[in-house]
Formats: sequence, structure tokens, C-alpha cells
Amino acid sequence: MTRRRTTLRGLGAVATVAVMLVLAACSGGQSSGDDKSVTVVGTWGGSEQESFLAMVKPWEDKTGNKVKYTGSRGLGAYLTTAVQSGTLPDLAGLPGPGEMQGFYAQGALKALDDVLDMNTYTAETAPAFVDLGKAPDGKTIGVFIKSALKGLIWYNTGNFTGEPPTSWDAVMSTDKGNAENLWCVALESGADSGWPGTDWIEDIVLRTAGPQVYDDWVNGKHKWSSPEIKAAFEAFGDVLDDTYGGPTLINSTNFGDGGNPLFTDPPGCLFHHQASFITDFFKKQGGAQDGEFDFFPMPDMNADFAGAFTGAGDLFGLFSDKAAAKDLLKYLTTAEAQQIWVDRGGALSANTKVTKYPDPVSERSAKILTGAKIFRFDGGDLMPQAMKAAFFRAMVDFAEDQSKLDSILTSLDETAASSYTQ
Amino acid sequence: MEQRIITAAIVLLGVPLVLVGYILLCERLLRFVPEKRGDRIRPWLWIAPAVAFLVVFLIYPTFNTLVLSFMDATSRNFVGLDNYLWFFGDPSTIEALRNSVLWVIFMTAGVVGLGLLIAVLVDRVRYEPVAKTAIFVPLAISFVAAAIIWNFMYQYKPPGTPQTGTVNAVIGLVALGPIDWIRERTFLIDNFALIFIGVWIWTGFAMVILSAGLKGISVELLEAARVDGANEWQVFRRIIFPLLLPTIYVVATTIIITALKSFDIVYTLTNGAFGTDVIARKMFFEMFTTQNFGRASAVAIVLLVAIIPFMAVNIRRFREQEAIR
Repeated sequence: MTRRRTTLRGLGAVATVAVMLVLAACSGGQSSGDDKSVTVVGTWGGSEQESFLAMVKPWEDKTGNKVKYTGSRGLGAYLTTAVQSGTLPDLAGLPGPGEMQGFYAQGALKALDDVLDMNTYTAETAPAFVDLGKAPDGKTIGVFIKSALKGLIWYNTGNFTGEPPTSWDAVMSTDKGNAENLWCVALESGADSGWPGTDWIEDIVLRTAGPQVYDDWVNGKHKWSSPEIKAAFEAFGDVLDDTYGGPTLINSTNFGDGGNPLFTDPPGCLFHHQASFITDFFKKQGGAQDGEFDFFPMPDMNADFAGAFTGAGDLFGLFSDKAAAKDLLKYLTTAEAQQIWVDRGGALSANTKVTKYPDPVSERSAKILTGAKIFRFDGGDLMPQAMKAAFFRAMVDFAEDQSKLDSILTSLDETAASSYTQ
Repeated sequence: MEQRIITAAIVLLGVPLVLVGYILLCERLLRFVPEKRGDRIRPWLWIAPAVAFLVVFLIYPTFNTLVLSFMDATSRNFVGLDNYLWFFGDPSTIEALRNSVLWVIFMTAGVVGLGLLIAVLVDRVRYEPVAKTAIFVPLAISFVAAAIIWNFMYQYKPPGTPQTGTVNAVIGLVALGPIDWIRERTFLIDNFALIFIGVWIWTGFAMVILSAGLKGISVELLEAARVDGANEWQVFRRIIFPLLLPTIYVVATTIIITALKSFDIVYTLTNGAFGTDVIARKMFFEMFTTQNFGRASAVAIVLLVAIIPFMAVNIRRFREQEAIR
């Protein structure tokens, strides 16, 4: 009996210790490892992930710290959940400036004014990007690691040999030669299907109606059913009318394969409108070689707003107070770090000190980006998440059946009414 | 990494130890009460941790969701039935509801029908294990992976060019198509193409359960029927089918619930565009994209209410079967 008692007591003690350990483990589960490692979450996978890891390698070697990177395509949903549960990464890519403001308002995102050397940062970064990274209170909360120029019209140098058209009408009336159609458009992108169409609308709105209307529209103060936005959809509709494969192919082709018919024989289309990153896809999916493709910038559509361009970039934010995380963020904004990704291809730098580009196409894109008279960030990425999702969907619906334009615009207005107020 | 291993070890060793410790503690306390009373209290004490887990992880969230479904997007203000009125008044949710009903009807019919057919047929051949394995394998594939596979199967290329999608290549042999299967609204082809992926995944499940039920039917019974002059169809219709019915019920209710919850395939392939939305995706959309917790909760409650009757039938069947045993 006594013996059994002792065993019981021993077991009881072990159990008590175990309870404490479990509790400790549960409460400790929120911290993200030790001080020497920095957890980073971004959207990049594949070759982009490799480029990012190459970018942080010198920092790791220098400081002895370690970057633990996780790629997630559903970054928005991931961060929403992470903010609510409090289990945040140290650094994270942000889906767009809209979400960035939300995370800052919720207190999850840290201000960077004490982290960065603000004078150097402001001097070396394009003003448009500096402004986009700011919260309403004037604090800098997001930085750009790389950027992309949108509104480029790509062609196969074997099929289109003339001078780049200088007006939109000239583009639309270009001689197709033996190409089946003038344009290639591809909207499929999984759950984000439709986004390449939003780039079209944004480019047209900025060039026809100007930056003021663009800003108001993006901020929910200019109606979708207004003449300016409707005209932009209609202009895009004219493009879709002369697009290879018609509505079915437009919606079922992945954006990465969108330019492939440029390189078939006979060509499916003459032009493809896409951001600067697409060259990587031309080479990997379309079987094109360097030199077989080139671009001209989408021409001005209204003389009042000449030299207008849209672009995008990968925003990064800080979610922890860890010294190593702050140091990494600071490093990522430097020309030294951004040059690494630029050299590996597929990216333009957000840092103006980076001027060395590996090929003429990206060098020209970078020049346009820094020299743009009017520059605006991708409008969809600036809208609230629900608005952005509705915009994506609207492009798919519009491409499927253009006659529904009025009802599409009305429902976008309804979404705007409910999503900007929150 | 080391941190995680330590955490895993603590959980693996700690949780059983805590439970053992809890039982021992209960026993120790029960010594202070009279034996008869103790015997009555004991089961409740032993089951208490499980009940506590259920309350914390199932009952409380369900109740909380119900409360949230009467609140606004930010869960701050009471809005009464607004979220439910939205659900039953919005054309897009009605469409999602219609599609979910399609999923329930056709996925269940497809899975149970094909599962039964295959179970009965392979029962009569020597290579049964091989055939069953082949049918069962898709169940081991994640929904998203299966959707990606079928994205390739359904691939569309312009007419006149080589069709790289298997399905369009096959119908091209008889000069049909190509059809953009997952985006073609005509005759709801897109919905059926998506539902078929669900059938492809789940048929193996139905087949295995029904096949096991089939093996449980005594051979003497079938022999007796055949001796009495019944043909194979009559044997199936009059003996096998009625005896399998309880199993079919269980399989069918399981598939109905799976169909109601279907999300991954639609999310991966069309994200609800082209008239293919279902309510589970609608819930995800309202939760994570719109961040309207009120509406998302209302959709969740509708889904729950739709599932409850099938759960009830399932549980009652289980009880009846237990009673027969």
C-alpha cells in the first residue's frame, strides 16, 4: 500500500511538471524562434524565391543571422489570420498598400522611421514609392524591395518591324500582317483571375482621364459608372474584340502563357500588353530568345496627361521589434541588396542608385520608370481587398460578355459603397 | 526548428501524462467520498476533459458564430436579421445555393451509384484488389492537387490547334469541341465538370465501404436465391440491394455533407466565377476577402443548418444498426 502510494505521488509530481511544460510551450509558441533568425513571409516561389534568398545571402554572411523564408500565394488571407492570432512573422511582403494601412491601423505593423536612415532612404527612393509606403499619420510603414513598370506593349521583332506607334489610334490600326489578331490577352490566374485586365483599365484611365480622376477612382470617390471609367472599359472592349481566341481563350489562358501566340508561326497576335516581368515568361513558356521580342511604351491617349505610367512593386513591412529583423529590413532597401535581384533578372529596382541593368529591355523599363512625368501605383492594389477582388472578377465577367458592362459597373459601385466605409 | 521539436516532444509526452495525472488525481479525490456515490461520479469525471474540449473547440465557436451572424461586418453593432436577408436576397448567394444543391444531388448520386456499381462488379473478378486500389487512389490526393490535375485534363486550346487537354483531345477524335469545360455556362457544363472532379475523388471511398458491406452478406443467402431460380439482376435487386441499404445510407449522408462543404475544387479552378460559386467558397470570400464577419457567420450558420438533418439521419442509422447487433 505504502509502495503504491509513493508511485502515485511520483506520477502526480511528473504530471504536474508536464502540465507546466505544456502551458509554457503554449505560451511560448507565439515567439518566432531565437534572436539570430528572422522569419520572412512573401508571395515569391520558384525562381523569384531563389532571387530573394540570393539577395539576403550577403546579409546572412555578414551578420551571422539566418533568414527563414516561407512563400505563400494566399498572402492576404495568411496575414489576416496571423494578425488576428498574433503569431506574426518578423518581416512580411504586403499584398498591397491598402492592406498595409489596415495592418498598421490594427497595430500589427511597425513604423520604420527609427529603423531606416530616413534621409538616405528618401534620397535614394523614387518619391512615388516613398509616398506609397506612408501611413496617414506620415510615418513610413512599408518599403519597396523591387518594382515593375506596367503599360508596356510587347511584340515579336520578327513580326512587327515598323516604328513604334505614337498614338493609341495608330496602335489600334496597325497592319496585322499575317497575324490572326492584333492582341493577345490572358486573364486566368487562379483565385486572382482577371488582374491583367485591371492593368489595362488602369493604364487607360490614367492616360485618358488623368491622375486626379485616377486617384479619386482608386480611393472610392469617383464612380465606376462615370463616363470616364465606362469609356476605359469600352476602349478595352475594342481590344478584346480583336483578340486571339476570343472570350473563351482570354479567360482560360494563364497570364504567363498570354504572350505565347506572339511566337507561333503564323502568329496568333501582334501585340501583348503586360508589365516588365513578362520577359521571363516569354523565354520560359513561349520559347523565345533574347532579342526576339521588344516593347514600346503604351502611348499617350490624351495630350494633357503625356508621359503617364503605372507600375507596381513588392512592399515589405516589419511586424516585430527584433533587432535582426530591423537590420534586415534596412539592408533590403539598399542599392547593394536590390542590385542582386536586378542582376538575376525579372525585376526593376525601387532604389534610384541602381542603374546597372543586365539587358537593354530592363534598362529601358527602368529609365521610363524613373523618368515618368506622371506615375501612379497599380490601382487595384491600392483598393480595399473586397473592391480589388470585385475588380478582378469584373474583368473576367466583362471579357466573357461585354454586353453586361452596365450591370458590371453598377455592381462595382455597390461594392465600392460598402468596402470603402469600413 | 529546435524550438518546434521541443514543443512537439512536450506535447507528445506531456498530454498523455497530464491525462494520466488527471485520472489519478480524480481517483485520489474520490477516496474521500462514499464508494457508491463515487461510482456514480467517476464516469463524469473521466469524461470531463473530452467534454471540456468539445465545449471549447466546437460548442463555444458555434454559439459565437451564431451571435456574430446577427452583428455587422466588424462584429460591433447588432443588425438583427440583415445578414440573413442579404443571404436570401442577393443573386450571387442564391446562385451559390443553387450550385451547392447541384453538388449535393449529383455528387452524391455519382459517388454512390458508381461506388456501388464498381463494388458489385469487382466482387466477381480475380484482380479485385488491383481494381479497387486504382479507384481508391484519388482519395489520397489533396483536393487542390486533384483540381490542378483536372485543370490540365480540361485544358482548352483554340479550335484548329492541337488540344493539349485530355478531355478535349478525346472528344476531338469524334470531331466534337473543344469545350472550355470549367467555364462553359451552357447546360451548366462548368458546374458538372467541377462536380465530376468531386465524384472522381470520392468514388473510391464509397466503393470500399460498400464492398465491405457486400462481403458481409452471407453467401448461403445468395446461393439459396439462385437455387430458387432468381437471375443475377433479381439477386441484386431483391437481396443485395436491400441488405446494403443501411450502408448506402451511411455513405450517402457522408457524401452529402462533403458536397455541402465542397470548397477547394471551386476555389482552385474558377474561384466562383462563370456561375460556379458554392456556399462554402462564399463563406471564405466574405470572411477573408470582404472581411465581413457578420455575413461570413450567417453563411456558416446556413451551412450548419443545412448539414444538421443529414447528421441526425446518420446518427439515427448508427443507433439502429447498433441496436440490431
